[in-house]
Amino acid sequence: MSPRIKIIRKVSNPPVIKGFNPYGPELGKQKLEPINLLYEEYEAIRLSDYEMLNHYQASVMMGVSRPTFTRIYASALQKIAKAFVEGRQISIKGGKVYFDSDWYHCKRCSCYFNNPKKEKPVNNCPLCGSQQVYRFDFKNTYEDVTDKTCYDMCVCPNCGFEQEHQYGYPCSKQICPHCKSFMKRKGSPNCRNFKNQ
Amino acid sequence: MKVAITSTGNTLESTIDQRFGRCSYFVVYDTESKAIEFIPNPNKDSEEGAGPASVQLIASRNINKIISGEFGIKIKSLLDSLKIQMIVLKEPEKKIKDIIEMLNH
Repeated sequence: MSPRIKIIRKVSNPPVIKGFNPYGPELGKQKLEPINLLYEEYEAIRLSDYEMLNHYQASVMMGVSRPTFTRIYASALQKIAKAFVEGRQISIKGGKVYFDSDWYHCKRCSCYFNNPKKEKPVNNCPLCGSQQVYRFDFKNTYEDVTDKTCYDMCVCPNCGFEQEHQYGYPCSKQICPHCKSFMKRKGSPNCRNFKNQ
Repeated sequence: MKVAITSTGNTLESTIDQRFGRCSYFVVYDTESKAIEFIPNPNKDSEEGAGPASVQLIASRNINKIISGEFGIKIKSLLDSLKIQMIVLKEPEKKIKDIIEMLNH
């Protein structure tokens, strides 16, 4: 039986560095594998020890349950301890995560914007400068967000079948229902060449 | 501070382009010097990877904010890590000059 699928974790601040290197005279003698610290583990340490949140608050920030957060945190500490004791490199990469920042909505010019500088609070709309800005919650408008059309067409280079391009689904991954070949974005150079032949 | 706006044409009368990666032109507006520059988007007709390529173009010009109608799923995380602010404006009739006026609030 395959294991249960992991919930994708939200990371709001990606690390500024890719990892850590140890130094010291003993280093050259041994070639040890670096320890791979996952992004979610980095985020767990950041939330609970840097931002001083408790495990429950931190778990809400990452979109996982409190016990799961504690497991991620324990695994992070274990990896860091191992790296310290054995003098290994730490590389921060991988993990089942997505990066996100907070989104806001301005009532005056009806625009949406995010806040990439998290240390600064948002008071004014970056576009019109009004103070009528509110936190925007994606969950309430989830249907809206996924249901996007951008008026482009995907075209099959083999038989010429066309269908409307769907937001978030790359043309090159779509399969033509008639001849089962991969589709292309209409108007892209390769398509034009095909039509001329 | 520099702001990029996606545009359908290369005049101030053009409207905002609702797509980011495959927009026709980028308008780069400098809020301090008030300079306006139109950059044709080389990725307009690209088959795939238009978004990330456009992000590269934007990032190479030290732009802090991007105004567009839509940002694709590949781009959001990229811009987040580059600390570039995204502004989503869902008004296709808005002209570039109106947006620049709004930025001068």
